[in-house]
Formats: sequence, structure tokens, C-alpha cells
Amino acid sequence: MPEGQFKEGIVGGRLPAEQYADNFSDLHPPLDHHEALVESDRCYFCYDAPCMNACPTSIDIPLFIRQISTGNPIGSAKTIFDQNILGGMCARVCPTETLCEEVCVREVAEGKPVQIGRLQRYATDVAMAENKQFYPRPEPTGKTVAVVGAGPAGLAAAHRLARHGHDVTILEARPKAGGLNEYGIAAYKSVDNFAQAEVDYVAAIGGIDIQNGKALGRDYQLSDLIRNYDAVFLGMGLGGVNALRADGEDAAGVTNAVEFIAELRQAGDLASLPVGRRVVVIGGGMTAIDAAVQSKLLGAEEVTICYRRGQEHMNASGFEQDLAAANGVTIRHWLQPKRVIADAGQVSGIELEYTALKGDKLAGTGETLTLVADQVFKAIGQSFVPAALNGSEASIELEAGRIKVDREGRTSLAKVWAGGDCIFGGDDLTVSAVAQGRDTAESIHRSLTQG
Amino acid sequence: MADLRNNFVGIKSPNPFWLASAPPTDKAYNVIRAFKAGWGGVVWKTLGEEGPPVVNVNGPRYGAIWGADRRLLGLNNIELITDRDLQTNLREMKQVKMDWPDRALIASIMVPCEEASWKAILPLVEETGADGIELNFGCPHGMSERGMGAAVGQVPEYIEMVVRWCKQYTRMPVITKLTPNITDIRKPARAAHAGGTDAVSLINTINSITGVDLDSFAPMPTIDGKGSHGGYCGPAVKPIAMNMVAEIARDPETHGLPISGIGGITTWRDAAEFLALGAGNVQVCTAAMTYGFKIVQEMIAGLENWMDEKGHRSLDDIIGRATPNVTDWQYLNLNYVAKAHIDQDACIKCGRCHIACEDTSHQAITSMVDGVRHFEVIEAECVGCNLCVNVCPVENCITMEPLAAGVMDQRTGKPVSPIYANWTTHPNNPMAKVAAE
Repeated sequence: MPEGQFKEGIVGGRLPAEQYADNFSDLHPPLDHHEALVESDRCYFCYDAPCMNACPTSIDIPLFIRQISTGNPIGSAKTIFDQNILGGMCARVCPTETLCEEVCVREVAEGKPVQIGRLQRYATDVAMAENKQFYPRPEPTGKTVAVVGAGPAGLAAAHRLARHGHDVTILEARPKAGGLNEYGIAAYKSVDNFAQAEVDYVAAIGGIDIQNGKALGRDYQLSDLIRNYDAVFLGMGLGGVNALRADGEDAAGVTNAVEFIAELRQAGDLASLPVGRRVVVIGGGMTAIDAAVQSKLLGAEEVTICYRRGQEHMNASGFEQDLAAANGVTIRHWLQPKRVIADAGQVSGIELEYTALKGDKLAGTGETLTLVADQVFKAIGQSFVPAALNGSEASIELEAGRIKVDREGRTSLAKVWAGGDCIFGGDDLTVSAVAQGRDTAESIHRSLTQG
Repeated sequence: MADLRNNFVGIKSPNPFWLASAPPTDKAYNVIRAFKAGWGGVVWKTLGEEGPPVVNVNGPRYGAIWGADRRLLGLNNIELITDRDLQTNLREMKQVKMDWPDRALIASIMVPCEEASWKAILPLVEETGADGIELNFGCPHGMSERGMGAAVGQVPEYIEMVVRWCKQYTRMPVITKLTPNITDIRKPARAAHAGGTDAVSLINTINSITGVDLDSFAPMPTIDGKGSHGGYCGPAVKPIAMNMVAEIARDPETHGLPISGIGGITTWRDAAEFLALGAGNVQVCTAAMTYGFKIVQEMIAGLENWMDEKGHRSLDDIIGRATPNVTDWQYLNLNYVAKAHIDQDACIKCGRCHIACEDTSHQAITSMVDGVRHFEVIEAECVGCNLCVNVCPVENCITMEPLAAGVMDQRTGKPVSPIYANWTTHPNNPMAKVAAE
């Protein structure tokens, strides 16, 4: 038994060194050639396919699967990339169980959908392995577009703009491009540095200049971009994390789950990454699951997710909940944080209050429960931080705390478009951000060429 | 318990499943394994003349096509008749027949189209104690280039001539194996019948190229960059074989001539279908070559079970039962009206029925009703073609429902007539036979 496992506090090296690679290996190993043929044969090539309609990027799924089955994975990849240039990452991180695979007629018929996500990964892997570029860079139009944020929305927008011949500069605040694909997704969903490989694949079209370490509001202002470029796309995502609103939440050991996930993705040596012996995660979405499962995989003895509503209200899909359970994570419902208990400034437990729905309103029942914890993760949602936009001469209009856009992605400022999580109506999915980036780029293109 | 014992032109076997003349029956080792597994009989791989044995290619002999998960659907081969010495084969056949007296052992023979050649080999075969002979007039590759196999089977006069020699020089029952590589299978069957054959067996393999290597642009199987047509067999050929069996069974000139059915038989059901169309027993090859000899156990058990369920006591209760129902198109009842019906509870809403009908047929299936994805037959457009049934991935989800006499056919606006009426009397037929006034 490794001595690290039962050590109190937040420490690294809880597991034998060789265990980490196993624990963080590919969640869904790639299909091999024969497996892909067998799986692709299960697709019925439906008319007006429900899967295609369920995909936010409207990938022609029956066609790409048929192309796999006929031995044309390259053509299949093109079918995917035509709609979604980040099809490789989406194949890995999409909650397919609530999108395409949920409505697959085989799911309806036999509870076993065609594994669309894994097939998409098969085809895109083949094309990306040989760096097959499908879209020639046309003659430059001379128009320039600034893209703020190198996440899924920004990359999708940049690629589509580059396809139309515009010169794109992506300004990314972090040291690496990729956004949540690089910093915000569980390590076992994107192994082998895939996010960076994908950034390189997207940028290889030409005409895209990615500048990392350039933060809006710090290194440049929105007004600079409006002045210096023909158009601006804002795709900076959500920079803030919602507070617990519990007493004592500033104690050491209370951490934002997104920061933990980012740190884990960037860690050179997982064994050196500290994690608590008893971890409590507050939240009910994908981020809560990612933080909880990865804590467990780092060797935490006890990991408990506490969510303030019922199982049926969780944003995390059924698959993700099962994944947590299979990894030994306990999910508890109808509990909201009341007070972080600290010992000499260091978290030692958390007091939670039971909740109940009274009509439509959630309220504490007064009954409480205390869990021992040496680490608490906050995963109760992220928020848009508008402060960085203040450098524009006119202020940008917000709606419910996020950027307000029209159907084409235009903001209230001329020459400025926005997409992805930072806009009102964003649904916090990589694939939706890609769709918005792509479609907004088309709007920008129309505006630049019809002007 | 159903009685599966088979008596085919006097040759008795414990069940109607024989192994066809092919690689699985090339030597005692294989045949003994087959008998141990339960096969009722074997047709020993084709014997040739005494002298230097034939030689085979030393590269691929087989090509194939596959379905999902590499399920083998069709196989072709360019192997020739036995490449073992005649005396070795005869010695082994004799020993095997002695050791397995209750199993049928038939010798397949192919020698040049000369009376002396046949006259010479028949006594040698007879001496082994074989139960009968099968004349290989079907092999479509290699041997046919030398005037044997299919080269004989394609000329009815030669068939009749050779059958006559065989009937003259042996007391053994003669089964004439026919090639499907002709336009009308009834012609060679009639010729064999005229020559006095005891039975015909069919089909032999079909001329085929299973694929083309798109790098070398060579047909498959490929021997040093070239390929030659092979003989096609396996599940893919079954429908062709069954039609040919039925054609012979219902031809007035050959009606009653015993038929050993061959062609893609893989399961008990395939066998039952051949028997129903008029085959007196069946021969199997590709299924054994794909799965091994053990498959006969499924065939025996399945046939028994079905016969018991239906109350058929012996093979005679089922042989030829479907033959009278095979007819010419002109005699089909044009007053019979069926409409497709979609079981909405079974429907998984894939939409294949809709798009098949919409794009390629009669625009008789909806895709959307009141804004909801819904597939339903529009009876006023449905001609009852059955395409939707065939493309639906769910068994029994779409069925063809006959309209009862008197019910209004919404497509024609006329009630369904109770009277049988076919093309021969149809008013649109310029050749119609008009009833006398």
C-alpha cells in the first residue's frame, strides 16, 4: 500500500508512480480499423437523420459514417470538418449521450446507439495524423479580423475567416491557445496533447496569427482592435467563478474546480500534484464531475459531490454521473454549502444544509450535515467578467451578465461580433461554441465583402 | 420426432445433408471428420483420368465478398479437380465406405468427353463400393478450357451422350451435375434426362470475379498480377440456385426427376427451402468451408425441430411442396391487392421506408405529419411493391396486408374483386384470350 494514500491534508504522491499513467489514459480508447467498420455498419443511414439535427454544428453524420464503412476515412473527415473544424475535439468531449447518440434510432430501438463520437474520432484521427488539409487558403482579401480568445469559438471563427481569405489575428490571454480544450477538460478526455495538435491543425490553413499572453484590458483595449482591424470577434469565454456564498469560503484549501482542472492539464508530473485525502466538490455539472473524478484518480480516499438539487436537475449527463460513480465518487443531492470549517486557516470540513423545493423555490430545511474535508472544490458555474471590455469608447450591451448579440452574432458595437460562452444564450458546450464561431465568421465575411 | 432418413435414387443416408464435391471431400482424413461430425454423405472430390494428376496454382485459390463484420457472403475459387493420384483416392474411398457403411459415398468424375475414358474409369470407381457417381459437368474454370466440366455442361448433346455411356457401363446410380453458366437450365436437365440419368444436381459454381485490386488493377484472386474467372458459391448464389431447381422441378419434361439441391445452403432453413422447391436432398460446401463440419449439427437439429413443429414426419412430407406454387408471371392473380402497413410501435423512425418510396418508388410513405416525424403509408398511393418491407431494418415492422374482397382499394377507387384474374385474360393484353360470347 502506498504510504501517501491516507496522508492527511493536500499532498501529492498518493499513488504508486506507475499508476498515474493508467488512471489518466484515454477514457474512450480509439476504435481500430475493424472496430470502426463494424460500428459504422450499424448506422442505418437514416433519412433526415435525427442525429444530424441534434448536432449543434449539423454534421452530416450518416454520410460521414457511410464514408468510414466504404473505406474512405479521409472523405469522412472532410464531411465532419466542413461543418466543424474542431470535430476532433468534439468527438472526444461532446456529451454525445445527450446530443446525437441520444436520438440515434438504435438508441430508441435497442438502447445501444451507434457510437457516433468514437467514429468521428476515428475519421478525424486518420486525417489529422497525415495533416490532411482540406481547405485551400485563397488569395488574401486584405481585410483583417481580430479574434479575442483562442478557445473553440475563436478558433472556429478564425478558420472560417481564413477560408474566406481574411487575415486573422487571435489574441489569447493564456500562455497556450485552445481555451477550455486546453485548460478546462478532464485529462482523460484529451490525451497526448491533442488540444495543441488541433490548434496547429486549424492554424495550418494559413492567414491565422495566434498571439498568446495577450489579455484584453491588460495588454490592449477593445477600442484599439476596433480602430486597427476591419472586424473584431469576441470569444473570450467566462473568466469568473461563482462564489459559494458560504461562510469561511476564503479558507486555504477551498479552490475553484476550473483552476484545479487547468493545473492538472498543465502538470508535467501528476504525482507531484497535491490533492486532499477527503475532497468535497460543490456543484452538479460537468466541471464538478471532472474535478471529482480526477481527484479520485490522483488518489483521494473519499470524494463527495454535493449538489443542491436532485439527481434529475444535474447538468452532468447520466454518462458522466455513472463515470463518477464507477470511479468511486459519491454524489449526494439536496445539500447546499452553509459554512466552511477551518482549522488554523486551513479547511477541515464543510457544513451543508439540506434543501427542498417549495413550489419552484429551493430553500434550506434547517437540517445540517458536516463532512470532514481537507479540500473543497467550487464548481457552481462560471460568470462573464465584463471589466476587460471597459477600454472601449462606447460600452457594449450585456444581457443577464453576458454579451448581448443578435441572430448573426453582432454585438451592440459596430464592427464587433461575439460568440461562445461569453454571449447570452451560450450553452457552455464546446460544440455550440464552434457553431457560433463558424456562423458568426460567415456574418463577418458578408459584412466585409458586401461593404 | 421427425424422420430425417434420406433415400435419394436408392442411395440411403441418415440425413439429407451431403458434402458437395469440393476441397472438404478431397481425402479420407477430411471425410472421416465430416462423418464423425454427422454428415449424411459426401460426394468425393472430382476424380480425373489415370496418369499425371492435375496441378493447381500455387497462389490464392479463393476470392470472397463480405457483409458486415466480414461475414462471408460469397466465395469463388479457381481450384481444379483432385490433384491427388487416382489410385490413392480410390483406395481411400473403399476404406472409408467399408468403415462407414451407413453413410452415402458418391464419386464425382470428370474425364475427357470420349467413350473410352468413361468406360475405363467407371469399373475402377464401382470397385470401391461407392453408392453412385456424379458427373461433373459444372466446373467453370480451368478444366472447361480443356473441354471438360462446364464445357460439356453447356452443350446438351454432350451431356446426353456422356450420361448414356455411364448408364451403359455402370450399375451405379448416375447423378448429373449441372452448370448454371447457361441461359436456360431446363435444356441441360432435359438432355441428362434423355440420356437416362437417375438424377441431376445443381448448381455448380457461377463464373465470377470477386474483386479488383485497385492498386495493381488485377482481378482477385490474383496470381502474379493476373486473375482468371473463378466459380462463385456461398449464400450469395442461393436465390439463383433455388430458381434453377424450381425450373427443373416444374418443367413437364423433367418433372419427377430427382434433384440434389446445391447452392449457398448455410442453415437448416436454406435446406428446407430447397427441399420444398423439389430437391430430394441437399449438398453443402461453402458453409462447411467457412465454419467447419460442425454446422451440420445445427442443420439437422433445426430441420427436425421445424418438421416437428409443423407435424411433418418425413422428408417426403416436405419435398416438392412449394413446386406447384412456382408459376409464370402471366398466371399471377392481378386482382390480389396488398398494402404496406407500418406498425407504429415497432417503428424506430429511421425513415428508410420513406426515402426509398419517395426517391425511387411511388411517394406513398409520409415523413412528417402535423410537424412530427412520422412514417405512415398513404394507401391511395401504395401499389404494394414491398420495397419498404425490404429496406426496413426492423423485422416485421412493415408488413404487406392483403385487402379482403369487397374492400375499397383507395388507389384505384374500386372494390377488390373476389375473382382470380390474370394477364392472359386482362383487357390491356392485346393477346388476351377472350371468353367465347
